[in-house]
Amino acid sequence: MAENVKPRVRVPREVAAGETITIKTLISHKMESGQRKDGDGNVIPRSIINRFTCTFNGETVIDVQMEPAISTNPFFEFDAAVPESGTFEFTWYDDDGDVYTETKEIAVS
Amino acid sequence: MKLTRRHTLMLAAGSAVAALLPMRAAAAAEEAIAAFTGGADVGSEGITLTAPEIAENGNTVPISVSAPGAEAIIIIAAGNPEPGVATFNFGPLAAAQAGSTRIRLAGTQDVVAIARMPDGSFVQASREVKVTIGGCGG
Amino acid sequence: MKTFVKTGVMALTLTTGVQVGADEAANLVINGETEIKVRTEAPEHLDNLSKIYSGWIFRSDETQALQMDDFDNPGMIFVDQGRDAWAVAEGSEGKACADCHNEPESLADARATYPKWNDEAEEVRTLAMQINGCRTEQMGAEAWKYDGSDMLNMEALLSSVGRGTPINVAIDGPAQSMWEQGRDLYYTRTGQLDLSCANCHEDNYGNYIRADHLSQGQINGFPVYRLKNAKLNGAHSRFKGCVRDTRAETYGVGSEEFIALELYVASRGNGLSVEGPSVRN
Repeated sequence: MAENVKPRVRVPREVAAGETITIKTLISHKMESGQRKDGDGNVIPRSIINRFTCTFNGETVIDVQMEPAISTNPFFEFDAAVPESGTFEFTWYDDDGDVYTETKEIAVS
Repeated sequence: MKLTRRHTLMLAAGSAVAALLPMRAAAAAEEAIAAFTGGADVGSEGITLTAPEIAENGNTVPISVSAPGAEAIIIIAAGNPEPGVATFNFGPLAAAQAGSTRIRLAGTQDVVAIARMPDGSFVQASREVKVTIGGCGG
Repeated sequence: MKTFVKTGVMALTLTTGVQVGADEAANLVINGETEIKVRTEAPEHLDNLSKIYSGWIFRSDETQALQMDDFDNPGMIFVDQGRDAWAVAEGSEGKACADCHNEPESLADARATYPKWNDEAEEVRTLAMQINGCRTEQMGAEAWKYDGSDMLNMEALLSSVGRGTPINVAIDGPAQSMWEQGRDLYYTRTGQLDLSCANCHEDNYGNYIRADHLSQGQINGFPVYRLKNAKLNGAHSRFKGCVRDTRAETYGVGSEEFIALELYVASRGNGLSVEGPSVRN
C-alpha cells in the first residue's frame, strides 16, 4: 500500500431542499508519474491514483479518469445535487490495487 | 529561393520549435482526442476552460472546466510526455458539468478541454499556459 | 497584471522577464477568520528596510489563493499527520507529546519565539531542536531527522496552531552572539555568483531574477509547501538551496551556521505573523 494516503473531503452537513452543494476533495498521494529517474538514472515506475468517483446514495455524481499529469496530492472540486438526505461515498483507485474510501452524511432540511 | 541569412535563422528557429514539440507527443495528443471524439467535428461554443496565463510552477497548475449539459470532458496537455490529463464523466447527480483540479505541465503549452454533449456533438476550448522557470536554476 | 511598487531606493535590477505579478495591497485572511499580517514596519534592528513583507505578497493570485482556505492548502495534509503523531507514545518513557502538552493548541505561542536561547542546554535552539530535545530528554525516543518529514509535520502542526501570532524572536541576551554570527552570514557573499542573502532579498526584493519574483526571504511561513516539489520544506533546506544556487559549497541542514542564520532571518520578520504551513512556488 502506498504510504500515508489519507483522504480529505469537505461536504456541508446540511443543505436546504433544492439547493446544490460544492464538494472539495484532497488525498495525500505522491502520484509518481513514471517520467522521473532516480539518482542512478533508472526510471521510477509509475504509481498513481488512476480513478476517482463520487456517488450519492449509490448514484453517480462524478467519475474521473486520472492520468500521471494530475499533481501530487490530487485535488478535485465539483458541484452535486442532493435530492434527499443520505450518504456521499468517495472512492480513489490506486495503480497498486488499493482502494481508498471516505463517506459523508448530509441532511436535507 | 535564395537562402539569405535571415531565412537561415528563421529555419533554425523553426526547427528549434519543432524540437520543443516532439512529433511523437503531438501525434499522441491527436490520438487521444480522436479516441474521445471518434474523429467527429468539434465546435467551440458552450465550454469554458479556466487556467492561469502564467503558472508559477508547472508542477501544480490549478485549472477548471465547465460545459453545461456535457456528458464528459477530457483534458489534454499536448506538450507533456503523455498528453492525457483527466476525463471527467458526469453522473445524474452532478449539479453542474464542471470540475476543478491541479495539473502538471512540462512547459509552456496549450491546454485543451473537449466536451461530449448528449446529442453526440463535441465542443472544445483551449488556453495557453506559460510555465516559468525559477531564478537561479534551482 | 499586478505589480509590486517598491518604495525606497531601487538597487541594480537583475532582470525583468515574464512577470507573474504580486499585489502589494493584498491581504491574507485564512478560512475567513485568521488575519495574517503580511506587511508591517521593519523591526528596529533592520537598518536597510523600512517595511517587511511576507513571501505570500510576492506570489501569483493562484498561489496566494491556495493559502486562504485550509482545505485548499496541501500543507494541511501534513498538519493532520503531525496531529496523528502528537498522540503516539514513543520511547523508553512511553510518552506522547499529548501527555505533557495536552492539545497542540497549548503551544500556540511557541512557533513565534523560535529560535531561542535554552537556559538548561545553554544553546540557541530552533523549534526542530526543541522538538528533538523533548523526544530525547523527555520521551526517551530517537531524535527525528532535521527537516525530515516527521519533523516537518510536527513543525507544521505547531505553526498551524500559532497562525496569526506575531513573530517575536529575541536577539539580545545570551542569543546575541549567535544572532550576530547569523547577521554576518546574511551579508557574506558566497559562491561563484558571489551573492549574499542581502543581494537578492534586501537589495532586490520585488524585482525579477529571470521569471522568479524575489521576496524578502522571510521565514515566518515555514514550513512551506512548495508547488515545485509538492511537499513541506524546512528553512534550513531552503537556505541550502539558496546557497547552492550561488554555486557555493553549502552549510549543512541543522549546522551551527544555519541555526545562526535562522535566528537572524527569523528576527528580520519580527512583527509579521506566524503563517505556516504556507504555500509558495
